[in-house]
Amino acid sequence: MMGTGIIMRRELASYFTTPLAYIFIVIFLMMSGVFTFYLGRFFERGQADLISFFNFIPWLYLILVPAISMRLWSEERKSGTIELLMTLPVTVVQAVLGKFLAAWLFIGVALMLTFPVWVTVNYLGEPDNGVIFASYLGSWLMAGGFLAVGSCISATTKSQVVAFILTLVICFIFVAAGFPMVLDAFTEWAPLWLIDGISSLSFLTHFDAVSRGVIDLRDLLYFLIMTVCWLAATTVVINIKKAD
Amino acid sequence: MIQISELTRKFGPFTAVNKVSFEVKPGEVLGFLGPNGAGKSTTMKMITGFLAPTAGHVKVMGQNVAKHPMNAQKQMGYLPEGAPSYGDMSVLKFLRFIGKIRGFSGDELDQRIHKVVDQVALSEVLNQRIETLSKGFKRRVGIAQAIIHDPQVLILDEPTDGLDPNQKHQVRELIRNLAKDKIVIISTHILEEVSAVCTRALIISAGNIVFDGTPVELAAKSKYHNAVSVKFSHPYEVKQKLESLVNVYRIDCEDESGLITVFPETGKSVLKQVNELIHIQDWEVEELHVEKGRLDDVFRQVTVGEVA
Repeated sequence: MMGTGIIMRRELASYFTTPLAYIFIVIFLMMSGVFTFYLGRFFERGQADLISFFNFIPWLYLILVPAISMRLWSEERKSGTIELLMTLPVTVVQAVLGKFLAAWLFIGVALMLTFPVWVTVNYLGEPDNGVIFASYLGSWLMAGGFLAVGSCISATTKSQVVAFILTLVICFIFVAAGFPMVLDAFTEWAPLWLIDGISSLSFLTHFDAVSRGVIDLRDLLYFLIMTVCWLAATTVVINIKKAD
Repeated sequence: MIQISELTRKFGPFTAVNKVSFEVKPGEVLGFLGPNGAGKSTTMKMITGFLAPTAGHVKVMGQNVAKHPMNAQKQMGYLPEGAPSYGDMSVLKFLRFIGKIRGFSGDELDQRIHKVVDQVALSEVLNQRIETLSKGFKRRVGIAQAIIHDPQVLILDEPTDGLDPNQKHQVRELIRNLAKDKIVIISTHILEEVSAVCTRALIISAGNIVFDGTPVELAAKSKYHNAVSVKFSHPYEVKQKLESLVNVYRIDCEDESGLITVFPETGKSVLKQVNELIHIQDWEVEELHVEKGRLDDVFRQVTVGEVA
């Protein structure tokens, strides 16, 4: 797995040689601040917890993660470097993993940089830091799910814009799968098990518990399995489409 | 050794490479020629394991590329068409990345980078980002990454495209020096390049091999092969006298330049006879040379069937 590590380090370094990383981090931090303090009414609630912060994380990811994932493979395919990468002695799995891990670590860094909210809540009250830690972990795992979807979509197209939009739409469906607007389309005709199945695929259903600090192994497993499946799909897509 | 047998690649209904078979032995520099879209790059992509063949197989140093791509790729260096590289990296970082993937580290990695940077003259741009470099430098970065692990097999897709004459010369020297006991396959449009570096030329057209032989044999297919071109200082009445010589097949006169070309019958030479005639008649000559063969003509002849 040495190849994975080398590719990961190269990718990670390339985030920081372009303005991408800095712009992403600044926007991520600004928006999470706006969501938490204005929309989430952090102060008005008067509670020593970060629910108003974590509640908005899925929506923030929905917009920002596709912006990271869109370049994972589209750029390689467009510039032709995929031909270089795939003729080096590395397997497709190593390359897919290396690129994914770099993006995932990067989002992890962005997430860690939200620590001032944590400092604030600890200054103002006495929150349950175990719950907060669990919620951070859950958020990071969910980011992995979003990224894996994006990685797969990015592998299908040479256009980063197409990759961005498609990833956004598919992630939105996953986020909102438990909402009436998606389920209503099925309630009229579909059997109950299908509706349950669809709503159980929702990112939000699984993240909701996590954001309240309820760590259910099944929720964490859900995000892990989601990530693995989409990464496996990425490998298949790359194998089929790399030379197109 | 590279063994290619019955290699075929189809894109939908279009057959890009059609049952191509050939072998390349160590020490050979194979020039891969053909018009655009003839299947050169497609064949190279299949040799390097980037593209899966529709039928047939490729073996590189005994390794089946489709079955064991990693084993084959370890022994190959490849410059893809257009020399793609990561533009946001500096030359040094890019070469370090490739070197690490190739399994080098520490002092050995440094030495290897130092060596290739020397070989392709990259030292002045080492810390520049690749996207800011000129076409020639980018191409040389691509060559550097292909030879960093001193591979047994080197596949270069248009290595001199976009280089100036000095750089072309340099790259050809490099290939000649590398090639002692290695296998080198280069694709090119430039026909002189074949005479300059290749020990063997292979022309592919519409997915089929239409010529396989040495560059000398390729030149010999030209009607100009062994023809003698003469330019006289004065307008003598020469045509009839030349035509009556032994082995002469035809005489061509270019009105503008006054250059007269004497074509021998196939496989014969006329230099001696022409030379003697000039001495006997005491004609004054400005220019006299033996043509080796015009590769452009042969190329057209074998790829589109045009008469040279």
